[in-house]
Amino acid sequence: MEILPIALNTFREAVRDRVLYLILAFAVVMILASTVLGMLTVGGEEKIIEDFGLAMIALFGTAAALFIGIGLVFKEIDRRTVFTLLAKPIRRGQFLLGKFLGLALTLAVNLVVMAAAFFLLLAVRGLPAGGLWVAIWLTYFEILLVTAVAVLFSSFSTPVLSALLASTVYVVGHLTWSLKLLEEMIESPAARATIRMVYLILPNLEHFNVRGDLVHGVPVSWGHIGFATLYGLGYTTLILLAATAIFERRDF
Amino acid sequence: MPALELRAVSKSYRSQWTFARTPIVRELDLEVEPGEVFGFLGHNGAGKTTTLKMMMGLSRPDSGEIRLFGEPHLNAAIRRRVGFLPENPYFYDYLTGREFLSFMGRFFGLDGAERRRRVDELLERTGVATAADRPLRKCSKGMLQRLGLAQALIGDPDLVVLDEPMSGLDPIGRREVRDLILDLRRRGKTVFFSSHILQDAEMLCDRVGILVSGRLRSQGRLRDLVGDRVRSWEVTVVGGREPLPGEVLSRRQGEVLRRVTSEEELRALLSQLAGSDGRVVSLIPQRATLEEVFLRDVRQADDCAADSAGAPPAA
Repeated sequence: MEILPIALNTFREAVRDRVLYLILAFAVVMILASTVLGMLTVGGEEKIIEDFGLAMIALFGTAAALFIGIGLVFKEIDRRTVFTLLAKPIRRGQFLLGKFLGLALTLAVNLVVMAAAFFLLLAVRGLPAGGLWVAIWLTYFEILLVTAVAVLFSSFSTPVLSALLASTVYVVGHLTWSLKLLEEMIESPAARATIRMVYLILPNLEHFNVRGDLVHGVPVSWGHIGFATLYGLGYTTLILLAATAIFERRDF
Repeated sequence: MPALELRAVSKSYRSQWTFARTPIVRELDLEVEPGEVFGFLGHNGAGKTTTLKMMMGLSRPDSGEIRLFGEPHLNAAIRRRVGFLPENPYFYDYLTGREFLSFMGRFFGLDGAERRRRVDELLERTGVATAADRPLRKCSKGMLQRLGLAQALIGDPDLVVLDEPMSGLDPIGRREVRDLILDLRRRGKTVFFSSHILQDAEMLCDRVGILVSGRLRSQGRLRDLVGDRVRSWEVTVVGGREPLPGEVLSRRQGEVLRRVTSEEELRALLSQLAGSDGRVVSLIPQRATLEEVFLRDVRQADDCAADSAGAPPAA
């Protein structure tokens, strides 16, 4: 029961913060700008609009996750508001989970607004929306995972370092297939084992990326949607458990 | 059963680069009885805040034991009975005072109506009712401090722990905080507060502890610490044949104010006055103040440190 008030307060903080609106406004502008990009290409205009729009939603969704994920947790610690809160009958895990759920709610609202702008654009242009919601659905679970990573890092390090580490995880998480490639090319068994380890530990964020398929009319199976959703939730849970273990040990 | 009990609590911090450990609190033993107002005194950096943070579970001791009402201090049920005001509190500046208190009240299992009633009462009691709906970023330091006190009391705690409750307050604000602490005592609550301002402690505390460099130097009833220790006597005399014992502090219209520092000296002065035709106008024993006890403790600690460092004794 202690988690809910913390989550709601986190949501309230994000809603009263101007940074979120800035990111959101910029995102909407970029989504609308895909029309311009569509006009500049010869043929395939609708694919460009869809692909670019969805990519912007993913990009700005992730940016917001990193920004407020790191910002809101660090601010609690830096401004020592966390002292007042943790002196209440609250366990540290509850604090972290409440924080995370508040962020998850904020990012969901954020995503819904961006998606609304996107679908509105498609409707105005008379383009079929079809199964594009799947891309946005899976983007949300990717965002949750990235938020958990951001919370994990900011539970013990500085915001700049957290931002760096979390965005590294994001970038590498989209390139894990290249690690697999690397593993096949390398001779040294030790190096291969290391790369294999890194490949297994890092999240494979490409599971959440179905934009290419959707835009080109390739349907995404329910099996994959289910798998990616559970993969995201499972991974997010593991990261939050690790963050809690670290946060429990922390001295203020 | 003591409201608060510390047994051999130690804490050190490790430097990030050299891994050298710096002791902050050393083998601290402390007991606060229910209903007591206890002043935890010490200069800046003595380890007061570190001790309070350990009590509140914000940091963990290296060794030793902390008990609240006889239970281990991290016990959730026990934590409901404790309220805490951190040093220089900084709260969510996007909330209003009322929202903030209501948020804090959610962790004590109060239903909506009860919480609203408690919030209103505390806003009134701490004197911030007029600013209750102003965002905290627009509140003054004094107002934040009072809201901090209000949030510490939201769960109607039996033990109230306050870290420097008077810091940053103007004389009126300090007076109000003092009244609030006295009011808590009247209600039978236990108050444990840290301060480096000794007058506050002298006015409020049943007992004090003086922390110097992480060690508790003195602990006890204020009376026992300062009460009977008469350091000197100030005697105002008229007439009498010079030279008389004691140091002359001032002369005014034939009255001479003298200070004598021992009973022998005092006796000699009085008998010499009786022998000549001198007269005593007033005789005031000067008792030690908490400040002197405090300074003595600090000085002793410094001497110890100097001795153990092998420094030559001070001349």
